[in-house]
Order: sequence, then structure tokens, then C-alpha cells
Amino acid sequence: MMNDLLELTTTRHNPHVDPIMAMWEWQIPVYLFLGGMVAGMMIIAGYFLFSGRHKESNCACFSIPTISIVLLSLGMFALFLDLSHKLYVWRLYTTFQFKSPMSWGAWILILVYPALIANILIRPSAWMLKIYPKLTEYAGRLNQHPFLIKNIGILNMILGLMLGAYTGVLLSSMGSRPLWNTSLLWVLFLVSGLSAAAAFVHLFAKNKAESELLAKADNGFLVIELFVLVMIFLGFLSSARPHIEAAQLLLTGAYAPVFWVFVIGLGIVIPLIIQLLAVNHKIRHTAIAPIMVIVGGLILRFVIVSAGQYSHWFNAHFH
Amino acid sequence: MPRYGMVIDTRKCVGCQDCVIACKTENNVPVGYNRDWIVTESHGKYPNIQMEIRTERCNHCSETPCVSCCPTGASHIHDVGGVVLITHEVCIGCKACVQACPYDARFIHPDGYADKCTFCIHRVEEGLKPACVEVCPTYCMYFGDLDDPNSEVSILLQSRKWHVNLPDAGTQPNIFYLT
Repeated sequence: MMNDLLELTTTRHNPHVDPIMAMWEWQIPVYLFLGGMVAGMMIIAGYFLFSGRHKESNCACFSIPTISIVLLSLGMFALFLDLSHKLYVWRLYTTFQFKSPMSWGAWILILVYPALIANILIRPSAWMLKIYPKLTEYAGRLNQHPFLIKNIGILNMILGLMLGAYTGVLLSSMGSRPLWNTSLLWVLFLVSGLSAAAAFVHLFAKNKAESELLAKADNGFLVIELFVLVMIFLGFLSSARPHIEAAQLLLTGAYAPVFWVFVIGLGIVIPLIIQLLAVNHKIRHTAIAPIMVIVGGLILRFVIVSAGQYSHWFNAHFH
Repeated sequence: MPRYGMVIDTRKCVGCQDCVIACKTENNVPVGYNRDWIVTESHGKYPNIQMEIRTERCNHCSETPCVSCCPTGASHIHDVGGVVLITHEVCIGCKACVQACPYDARFIHPDGYADKCTFCIHRVEEGLKPACVEVCPTYCMYFGDLDDPNSEVSILLQSRKWHVNLPDAGTQPNIFYLT
């Protein structure tokens, strides 16, 4: 049937649906990126608390939770901006829909805040103490129990994992969009979130050992991210026609330039080379590689959300 | 308990769009939006070309990704006939259901909520046919209970060849096209 005439015309012209789906605009990828990066930061801070790094006075785990709350709130605000029936947003919290990843996400987000606040309470910033001096007392009591701090670390790691994973499941549960419909998407988003988080924390970490550790970890995350991407495409290319076409959208199709140049090249491979040289003391650490990783992570979400909406089942119908 | 479905005879459909206008009128569908539409599909190699004209809308599937993805329960299966509906004042406009539908049958109403074909359940519950079926000048559309073996739709599906849209998407649509 290769040379056959194939034509499908429709009289439907619903806004943001036709000719190609473009329902989710900048708000969703921005949220997915910020959510993923905060998830990564929670895992990093949680790990630092769990492994006793917080005994160092300049541990990054003390500044991570406050920044996380700000970034996550910005992400949730973007999510709110995306809602087209905004006055009814509270409906998310009068129910729990077991089968809906978005419902899971809404509740996970509610649980993330107390975990971040518990982390802040271990050592509140000076400006917080000024506003609410009683925090010194709480922090003092908390610090008397090392097992509590360890558990706050575990809680942050678990909720970080749930937050990072759900952003992927949200998309991958959509069988209608072949590009999203891979069970590895949550791994990709989680690893990408971890890598962006490691890069971001590396930028402001004051502790030299931590900063070095994060750069090394980031290299590991970037390698894993490349590996996961290969696995995702292997899966797609050996799957059904809609999935093959979805993979081709990124590999050779309309999204190939942005995917290869910005996601793979400037977002993963080049910063990986720079950071490998830096951790091996061939060159000095600069902000360039971390910034490339962070921007690459953001562009990855934009590409996946946009190309995913573009991917569809229609051609499966013809062949 | 009935399971409502539609059978559309593509050999009779001429694509006149009467069903589209009837739906817009009956359901006050805003200008620029469609709950139903006409698709023309041509395939083959000249001179052996086949063309199918069909009227499409929400398939009121038996497996409903649009319902399971809904975070608030606004998108639901109606008690009567397994019709897929949206409760406007529960919908937050997150668009997950719009993405989840492989047929792209949903849209966001200018008032903010997700919207689509209701099988004119307000008419059906009064014993009337959906507006699109009612007005079809070639009588190419049939509406009825797919679970009743003696219904017009069941008999047509037993006696004629048919297909559904995107069967591989796994949604088990309840709109059938006679070929």
C-alpha cells in the first residue's frame, strides 16, 4: 500500500485540537520541569540528611527545602494557570480518583509541603527566626533526636521519588499519545529531574566536598539519562506503527533538530564532557555545564509535551 | 440496563453536515466548535480509489481513558446506557481527558469545562432520538441498545459488515460504521 493515495479530511476545527493537538502549552512543561527538579532536590537533601551530611554547618540540605518550596509553588502556579475552569480547582481536593495519575499528583503535592517544612525545621534560616523566634525551640528539640532527622531524610527521599515519578506517569498513562505511552517515561523524568537538581544545587552549594560530589553524581545521572533514552527508543522502534512514528518524530521528524541539538547535544553530551573534565581536575568548575543541564531538562519537557500531543493513532488506521 | 450505541451506514452518508448543524442547534455548541463532524477518508491507487464519508463524534467507549484519567470524577459514565458525560461544575479544565481520547473528540468549551457529544441523553431519556439521528436526510444513522439482540442496531451489526474507528487504541468504541 506504500504508494496508495491516503487522504483524511475532517470538518472538525476545534480550537487547540485541530489540526494537531496543542491543548497543553508552556504551563505544563514548566510545571513538569520544576516538579521534577524539586523532586530531585528532595532526594538529594533527603540523602544528605540520611547520611549525616547535615552535621557540616554549610550543608546544602539546609537551603534546599526553602528553595524547593518556592520553585514548587511557582510550578503549581503554572499548573493553575493552565486550568481553564479555575474557580473549580478545589474539586481536586474533595475526592481521590484512584485511577487518575493527576489525582495522585494533587495529593502527593499536598504531602510534599509538610516534608519540606519538616526539613526546614531542622535548621531554620535567620530571617525565619526573626519572624517566628519560637522556631529555635522546635529546631533544638528536633536536633536532640538524630533518628528523627534520619526519618525526615527518608520521608524527603520517598516523597521526592513519588513526585518525580508521577510527573512521568501523568503522561505515560495516556495510551492515546504514543510518544508518552512508555512505562520508562517516569524513569526518564526522574533521572532528568535528579540531574537538573544536582546541577542546580552544585551552583549554590557552599561545601566543597558536596559540590564535587554533586558534579560527579550529575555525570552519573546524565549517563543514565542517555541510557534510558536509548531504551525508550528501542522500545518504540520495536513496537506498533504509532509508536514507531512517535519515535521518528524525535529522531528524524519535525522535532529532530530541537531534540538532537538542545536535548541531547547541549543538554546532555556537551555538559557531560565538560563536567567529566572538571571532576578529573583537567579544567575548573564553572556554571556553564550546570546551566546547560538545567536548560536541557526544561527543553526536554517542552519537546516531550509538544511532540507527545502531536503523536497519534490515525495512521495506524490506514496501514 | 441498555448500552447505547450508534450504527452509521457509510454507504448512505453523503456528508451533508445536517447532523452537525442539528447538534449545534440542539446543544448550543459555540461557534467554531464541533461535537460532531464529517470525515472523508480516501484510499487506494488510481483508478481504484475508495472513499468513505462518515459522521463522527465521541464514541462513548466501553473502555474509557477519558474517565479514568479525570482527577475530579467530572468525566463519568452515566447510569443510563453507559453514556460518557462530563459534569460541568466538577470539571477543573485540566484537559487530561482531551489528551486521553485517541479520537480527539473532546474540546474545552469557551466557558472553561471539557465538552463533547452526550448522545443527546436529555432527548434519549424522554424517548426521543439524538438530534443528529433525527435529522439525517438519508437515514444513515441508527441509535439504540447494543445489548438488546432484537434492536435495530444489533440486527444491522449482525447482518452487515462494519468497522469501528481505531480499534487498536483499545477503547472498545460503541459507534459502528457499516461498509
